[in-house]
Amino acid sequence: MKSILAALALTTALVAPGLAMARPVTLTTTLNNYGGDGAYLVLYVTDAQGAYAGTLWMAGGKSKYYEHLSDWYRAAGGSLAQIDGITGASVGAGRSLEITLDLADALFDAGYTLHADAAVEDMRDSPNDIAVPLTTAGVGQAVPGRRYIASFRFDM
Amino acid sequence: MLRTLHRWPGVFALALVMVLATSGAVLSVFPVAERFSTPQAEAGLTVADLAARIQAVYPGVEQIRRAPSGRITAFWFDNGAPGAAVIDPATGKGIASADPDPVKRWLTDLHRSLFLGDGGRIAMAIGAVAMLTLSVSGAMLVARRMGGWRRWFAPLRGPTSSRIHTGIARVAVAGLVLSSTTALWMVASTFNLLPDGAALPAFPSEASGSTGASLATMEPLSVIAATELRVLSFPFPGDATDIFTLKTDRGTGYLDQGTGELLAWTELTIWERISETIYMLHTGEGAATLGLALGVMALGVPAMGVSGLVLWFAGRRSRPRLSGNHSAKGAGTIVQVGSEGGSTWSFAATLQQALSTAGQHVHVAPMSDFALARYPQAEQFVILAATWGEGQAPATAKGFMERLAALESVPEAPLAVLGFGDRSFPAFCAFADDVARLAAAKGWAQLIPVDTVDRQSPQDFARWGHALGAALGMELVLEHVPAPPVTERLILVSCRNYGIDVQAPTAILRFSLPERTLLQRLTGRGIGGFQAGDLLGVLPEGADLPRFYSLASGRRDGFIEIVVRKHPGGLCSGQLLALEPGQAIRAFVRHNPAFHAKGGKSPLILIGAGTGIGPLAGFIRGNSRKRPIHLAFGMRHPDSDFLYREDLAGWQADGRLARLTTAISRGAEPRYVQDALRAESTELIGLIQDGARIMVCGGRGMAAGVAEALTDILAPVGLTPLTLKVEGRYAEDIY
Repeated sequence: MKSILAALALTTALVAPGLAMARPVTLTTTLNNYGGDGAYLVLYVTDAQGAYAGTLWMAGGKSKYYEHLSDWYRAAGGSLAQIDGITGASVGAGRSLEITLDLADALFDAGYTLHADAAVEDMRDSPNDIAVPLTTAGVGQAVPGRRYIASFRFDM
Repeated sequence: MLRTLHRWPGVFALALVMVLATSGAVLSVFPVAERFSTPQAEAGLTVADLAARIQAVYPGVEQIRRAPSGRITAFWFDNGAPGAAVIDPATGKGIASADPDPVKRWLTDLHRSLFLGDGGRIAMAIGAVAMLTLSVSGAMLVARRMGGWRRWFAPLRGPTSSRIHTGIARVAVAGLVLSSTTALWMVASTFNLLPDGAALPAFPSEASGSTGASLATMEPLSVIAATELRVLSFPFPGDATDIFTLKTDRGTGYLDQGTGELLAWTELTIWERISETIYMLHTGEGAATLGLALGVMALGVPAMGVSGLVLWFAGRRSRPRLSGNHSAKGAGTIVQVGSEGGSTWSFAATLQQALSTAGQHVHVAPMSDFALARYPQAEQFVILAATWGEGQAPATAKGFMERLAALESVPEAPLAVLGFGDRSFPAFCAFADDVARLAAAKGWAQLIPVDTVDRQSPQDFARWGHALGAALGMELVLEHVPAPPVTERLILVSCRNYGIDVQAPTAILRFSLPERTLLQRLTGRGIGGFQAGDLLGVLPEGADLPRFYSLASGRRDGFIEIVVRKHPGGLCSGQLLALEPGQAIRAFVRHNPAFHAKGGKSPLILIGAGTGIGPLAGFIRGNSRKRPIHLAFGMRHPDSDFLYREDLAGWQADGRLARLTTAISRGAEPRYVQDALRAESTELIGLIQDGARIMVCGGRGMAAGVAEALTDILAPVGLTPLTLKVEGRYAEDIY
């Protein structure tokens, strides 16, 4: 288990709607035993129109591999400025990544979707492994991922 | 400097380098195995056809990848479950699991990071730097030792561990330089130190919005051969704005899923191409044969590591701590040492002890320290100089010749030069000779003539010490004890006596071979492997210095045999000839690779007289493959000292000995072995032109006579014993 308390380090797009109105949210991503090296994961948010809104967390330290997180790379333009200060280590097979962030209230029940892209060395890339609508009804509900992610949930 | 640069990375990074090399060698097998187990795409197959075949079998295909080995893998998502398989390009069907091999993954992680993440990667990069430093400094040492880059593959001489070390290095160094430089490039790439990141085209803002173009008819895909494909990623089903992503050996592009049109394309950058080539060279992925060759070369690293450590320890052990060394300023006798492996230092220590006991103030220092102004009190200079390679200055004598040549005036105190070397080298004591010659040319007075010590012989050294003492007006006894040898107890099994009637009592002594305990095997002690031509050091009772006898048997024979002649008043030979079966001596084996018969089919010409037949008989006994061996043997009288008479007859009968020529020195027509050679000169020339190797064993006088006879015999065909020696085809064991 990994517990990281991130400061309010989101891009302006996410925090602008109501800077004063934020609450801590814990995001827990648990991986399958997919039989490979540690996975690179990126958690990011798109708005109601499907447009990229901002990145919440990047698990994986070497930017040269970020292109394998293909949806995110495309959406964020591969910009390292998007993940400045919100980068951690890659996550091993069967392990969990737990991060706690202060998320703006305005993100909830407003059509925003949280996505996770994953990639593993010598194995296939898995963009959009998770796509969860950010709703207050979804709090505490575990959602299965497509390939490397066994389950994902957010709590507040 | 070069030596230091070679030694310390070797000692400190040894474990790291061994792990790198061993894991690398094992990993090199995988690309070859993959290459041969993978069905290859037929000639002319396009990406469009391949993709259509796969899509027909797996409608939910999301990505197709092709590895450099030709292995094609497809990933799909059907009925809510992800799947993947290795694909047969002929059918589009899955034939094997696409999961990465856990063994290969484990080895790869060990090889690049010791399972320690980035810290481990840095450690392994340091290992690669150590490997590169070792390779480059080692290559320069080899070139220096062999006498130049052009003599890179010249025959090796010297002790076994040194020959193993150099022999492997000469072949493996190219691969190790390639592997370590490419490794460093790859580490730099991993840590984003190189601008070799992927250049991707900008994501097209406008797709046609339609879907469903047929793969088989997509124009860009139908002009690209399947062998150029790297990755084809399909659009997300149901997302009309998504597109195909195509990566080939040339670049990356996007295709519209409705029209099949190429929307954007970017070529690989030059940096990407370089990095990919380097990746291929390092891993063998895409160059399996090269990878395997590099792997085999890497296998030499553990052997070089161990032999290198043995050499280092041997060098350290033989360097004594000098006690009571006087400062240069106050010393009357200045002893300058030119040593390569360190053994000459121990002779210097013996000399210093003896001279100090005689009341002299002695300063011992490396020759590279030589500076005349430092020795105001000098009364005499002594130079003890080994030779490195084909006559170069040894490590501690670097720069000496240049400084000597630059002297405006030589000191008044006279000079004595003693050379250390091995007679089996053509450049025996060549450096000491050069020093003496240059000193004489500069007008430096000689204290005593130049002398030599062969193979660290304590006897040679004592003889020289006697001459030095005489010149200094003192009794100088140099009792050099190299390092007390670790001896084994050998029990006499049988004894055959000869030569009593001709006043040369001689015996063939056979000892049983002691069993080696496991501990002895592991620590390399006890009597291990040996062969005829090696030496048996016998420690007689009442003396510290061993006497050496050539072995007439090898370990395969299962016994230890020597031939000994009783010398009047000889301590050791007297004790040996008085032995009764069941009695024991203390002895050890010293390797003497310069006088081994070696393998091969070329003829052997063996020449010996008296006890010199010992190792020659051993070669014949071991000649089960029946290479043509010619033996010329000199004796006094056939009825008295015809050593191995019955054995030789037997070996001749079973083909181990092709021809035997004897020379009898007592009687009506005295004939020496060199006379016998002259009588057979035509045949000898023929054998030598066929590549025969000559091996001579016996006393100094006989060896000189043989060399002279051979010089005359070979002159008409333009050969000399010296030229044969340089080719490693003329070996002498002289006592």
